[in-house]
Amino acid sequence: MSALRTAVDPAAAAYRENRAAMLDRLAELEGALDAARAGGGEKYVARHHDRGKLLARERIELLLDRDAPFLELSPVAAWGTDFPTGASVVTGIGVVEGVECVVVANDPTVRGGAVNPYTLRKTQRAGEIALANRLPMINLVESGGADLPSQAEIFIPGGRVFRDLTRLSAARIPTISVVFGTATAGGAYVPGMSDHTIMVRGRAKVFLAGPPLVRMATGEDADDESLGGATMHASTSGLADFVAADERDGLRLARQCVRRLAWRKHGPPPRSTVPEPPKYDPEELLGIPSGDLRVPFDPREVLARILDGSEFDEFKPAYGRALATGWGELHGYPVGVLANVQGVLFSEEAQKAAQFIQLANAADTPLLFLQNTTGYMVGTEYEQRGIIKHGALMINAVSNSTVPHLTVNLGASYGAGNYGMCGRAYEPRFLFTWPNARSAVMGPTQLAGVLSIVARQAAQARGRPYDEDSDAAMRAMVERQIEAESAALHLSGRLYDDGVLDPRDTRTVLGLCLSAIHNGPVRGAETFGIFRL
Amino acid sequence: MIRRLLVANRGEIARRIFATCRSLGIETVAVHSDPDAEAPYVAEADLAVRLPGAAPVDTYLRVDLLVAAARRTGADAVHPGYGFLAEQAGFASAVGDAGLTWVGPPAKAIAAMGDKTEAKALLADAGVPMLPTYTDPAQVEAFPVLVKAAAGGGGRGMRIVRDPADLARAVESARREAAAAFGDGTVFVEPYVERARHVEVQVVADAHGTVLSLGERECSIQRRHQKIVEEAPSVAVTPELRARLESAAVAATRAVGYLGVGTVEFLLTPAGEFHFLEMNTRLQVEHAVTECVTGTDLVRLQLLVAEGGALPTAAPPVTSHAIEVRLCAEDPAADWLPATGTLHRFGVPGVTVEFGTEARRDSGLRLDSGVRDGSVVGVHYDSMVAKLIAWAPTRDEAARALAGALRRAELHGVTTNRDLLVRVLRSAEFRAGEIDTGFLDRHPEVFAPLLPPDRVGLAGLAAALAGAAARRAAAPVLGTLPSGWRNVPSTPQTIGYAGPTGPVEVDYRLDRSGTLLNWAARQPTSTGQPTSTGQPEQTGQPEPSRRPEASRRPEVVLVAAEPTRTVLTVDGVRQVFAVHRVGAVSFVDGPDGSVALTELPRYAEPVPELAEGSLLAPMPGTVSRTLVTAGQRVAAGEPLLVLEAMKLEHPVTAPTAGVVAVLPVTAGSQVETGAVLAVLTPEHPTHPAPEQPATPDPDRSATPDPEQTGVPDAAQPGSSGPE
Repeated sequence: MSALRTAVDPAAAAYRENRAAMLDRLAELEGALDAARAGGGEKYVARHHDRGKLLARERIELLLDRDAPFLELSPVAAWGTDFPTGASVVTGIGVVEGVECVVVANDPTVRGGAVNPYTLRKTQRAGEIALANRLPMINLVESGGADLPSQAEIFIPGGRVFRDLTRLSAARIPTISVVFGTATAGGAYVPGMSDHTIMVRGRAKVFLAGPPLVRMATGEDADDESLGGATMHASTSGLADFVAADERDGLRLARQCVRRLAWRKHGPPPRSTVPEPPKYDPEELLGIPSGDLRVPFDPREVLARILDGSEFDEFKPAYGRALATGWGELHGYPVGVLANVQGVLFSEEAQKAAQFIQLANAADTPLLFLQNTTGYMVGTEYEQRGIIKHGALMINAVSNSTVPHLTVNLGASYGAGNYGMCGRAYEPRFLFTWPNARSAVMGPTQLAGVLSIVARQAAQARGRPYDEDSDAAMRAMVERQIEAESAALHLSGRLYDDGVLDPRDTRTVLGLCLSAIHNGPVRGAETFGIFRL
Repeated sequence: MIRRLLVANRGEIARRIFATCRSLGIETVAVHSDPDAEAPYVAEADLAVRLPGAAPVDTYLRVDLLVAAARRTGADAVHPGYGFLAEQAGFASAVGDAGLTWVGPPAKAIAAMGDKTEAKALLADAGVPMLPTYTDPAQVEAFPVLVKAAAGGGGRGMRIVRDPADLARAVESARREAAAAFGDGTVFVEPYVERARHVEVQVVADAHGTVLSLGERECSIQRRHQKIVEEAPSVAVTPELRARLESAAVAATRAVGYLGVGTVEFLLTPAGEFHFLEMNTRLQVEHAVTECVTGTDLVRLQLLVAEGGALPTAAPPVTSHAIEVRLCAEDPAADWLPATGTLHRFGVPGVTVEFGTEARRDSGLRLDSGVRDGSVVGVHYDSMVAKLIAWAPTRDEAARALAGALRRAELHGVTTNRDLLVRVLRSAEFRAGEIDTGFLDRHPEVFAPLLPPDRVGLAGLAAALAGAAARRAAAPVLGTLPSGWRNVPSTPQTIGYAGPTGPVEVDYRLDRSGTLLNWAARQPTSTGQPTSTGQPEQTGQPEPSRRPEASRRPEVVLVAAEPTRTVLTVDGVRQVFAVHRVGAVSFVDGPDGSVALTELPRYAEPVPELAEGSLLAPMPGTVSRTLVTAGQRVAAGEPLLVLEAMKLEHPVTAPTAGVVAVLPVTAGSQVETGAVLAVLTPEHPTHPAPEQPATPDPDRSATPDPEQTGVPDAAQPGSSGPE
């Protein structure tokens, strides 16, 4: 085994500049997380507490095993949109009675926990993660239903949530709901579609229509309790399996349900239960990537701070050197790593990646993609040498690989490089972004430049003079727009990743994800698409 | 020559006698009741015989079974230990009649000294100074007086009476207790001397006319007339006084034709006069201090005399100072309430010798214990679990060494008097030798736990962090990730404990590298005002503001958290807290003291509801009498029944006027702490007494002034030790 060495010098000026730039990005991330944690704001939080209710995160804390880790997914969903950051729901992976579960908790302090388009996407993403990784799903329900002004974007796709719940159940992935408050109309199908349903006495209101709508529809005078109270559902309708005395009791019962699942993981256990920590301080990850994405950095410096014992056995180190490939372990789980070294992918890199991915599939070893790519090489020479053909090999291998994929965008993820390095569309089990990272079809300058060239050519074709002033203004505007749209928080706000990571947490997050993934089977692909050789 | 010895006793004294037997090559026979079947002394004996049952009257007091056990095992001698039958002349006779060697004084001497009124009359003729005795309470003219059981010992049946109006009731109560404890209800009254010291002389006599005096012991630190700290020599005894004491003791020994090891007890007045109290015709609990200062094995001398051997002609010189403490399973702050439970860990650091005296050194630490890790302290027998003795060239050194070892001892699972003993040993008055039998009444401060109340929160933090480390180590998944890791931290980890003075709520949060980012420990007081410790946020992470926090905020840095220990730097001082978890209980031993913290359930488990007006047993014991019947109307304060625990009577009275709705117990019922003794329907339903713990009536207890020692707060279920 070969332990990685480091060339990082924390005293160097570049390191300190990089670190300062990263700390600025982390402060922005912290600001976004503050907004998510604040929920509906002080007034609504206080009102909620005054009603003797717990906040979404307080409920989750009480549900989880003490001192066990909890990874919030999509924490800054809806950042940069018209909707509140966090999207009025908290989702994540936590440990309940020793079982890794996906938890979805409505935040009733945000517009009554109403579902907006981002709530929907965040909830659906949590459901995808539960299904792909065989994680039991626990819904902590208190939602007023659809955010009516945006109902057009919710109503039709929203049905998927209930479909997914029962598909989880059909896949023998348990679903548990604890109803703390209202779960009406469509929302009533969350407990309705769950395997195990717990309702809090005097609080749960689970009905298709509340008293006003019932009166409008049929003229019947009915009260909340007889329409959808916990006691009624437990004793009369049979919708509730358990009545909880209060919120805490509801969480106790949810834990009891999980305890009785007699859960076992289908994937292999970690090869070591006492993995060696990396030899180098993860704190130094802050000073490794440059604040300027044009400055490349060696991803082995990152691997030296996230892999067990900093050990990395490189595959084909002398071939296709702009992409490092190799084997290591992370919290005891074996992983195959593909990491961009120089940003650009050439034919050799693409072929090396295709071979390496096949090896990982043959060994049932999960893959970790560390993205920092500006795309496949362009230019006559490269086109003629078949860069498309070779890029297609890599994309074929990535697309048809069935071992679990984890992707972290460490810096740049541009062009088809994003695809080859298992971007969102290639369905990695988890995808995270460092705060400094960007992703777009191409870099802002390049994109503005391309637009400028095209416009100039159009003007020339019509024989018109080209206005250099307005060209400069156009380029500046486009660059700003692309800059903003390709930023990590912006992408995360749109659910193009599962969260923006503090680089120092990379090893912890990947370890958690690998363990979660191993709830399901880990099997490599038997076949791939036709490789164009 | 004795070949095989049966010890008709249990616990530490059985182990003590066996230790000498082993060194002499004598084979050992133990007898045991059912609860003692797994006791260490039984395991150590070469042979053991079961005495079916639990109560002493069915087991260790059964002369017939004990003699039969000796016969069955082929024992040729019987040692009675102390307590039980040690001073029953009938047992000595029965052993002799069975052709066995009795390791003790002649039955005649036991009988002569056994009735204290007779003994006093006999020894007065021998010129031993003594106080007047009244067998008829009507003769008493001056107060205060002490009511004593004629057949008594160990303080049982004793009552101090200061008010003539109380005398009749005290005599009646003493009679009842004496009758129950000794089978003889005879009591007598003598003047009570204020600020007297208890000084006793160790004697040993052989059949060849030699009577040796091995110096005095002082046993003035007493609780309810039972000694808890004993030492030799006494700081109050001058050489001149020692000579007079020893000569009186030898005279008394000769007067009764005594053989073997015995103790002549005296009351030493502040004026320096001494009066005969009684002669104990047995090996005493505190014999170890004499052994340590003289290098003598008193059990060896007992066996020697029993075999007809001759004592040396001169007593060995006293070469050091020794102090003994009796470690008892009881809660001094709760009116000495006996404690029971499993002693999950019993460890005393620095012990140089167990039971033995062979280690002749200038100083040392001796442990005589009847327990080991996992021993169960039950309701049936005496509450003493061990004796710890330190000896050294000077009294100060012995006291410091003893206090230090006690403070560091691991005593997990059963409430003990350890903290009180440490405080006594460290008190200025004790160090100055200013002690007398009223010491504890004058020093309520020694009843405070060693751990200051404002440090319980820190112990709670240590317990919480060690518990977190243990949970991480045992986690089936993600155990290698940082403890409590969050990518979006919002609320800290919280855990609640039931502490000695109420609940302790601990919050803590660690960062990705295991650094303690912030913590708080809240101890909501009875007034609802939380006292708290904690430190302000050191990061920009928001914590939801919870409750107001007090000003005292030690700065805490977490150095290491492991399942069995937490190392913290508190205000710049590094401290190690050992944490031992058994079930829900964390036993925390820190530099400031020890505390048992019972983890509160994270979620309230559904509990069966108690009927309103239920009176609960404040301690484990036996219902000795019921005084009412179901359906009976009772007045407030009226006694309903009497609970007997550790040979003390605890009357249970009606908290309010009402009707006895249910009386689920009868005389003889064994009850555990929290058992329902009676359900009272109050007459004024606006003042119900739900789940009211039955409070022992302080007037009826033997403590002279219960106000000083604190009225028992029987409402604390933790007082009998967490389970």
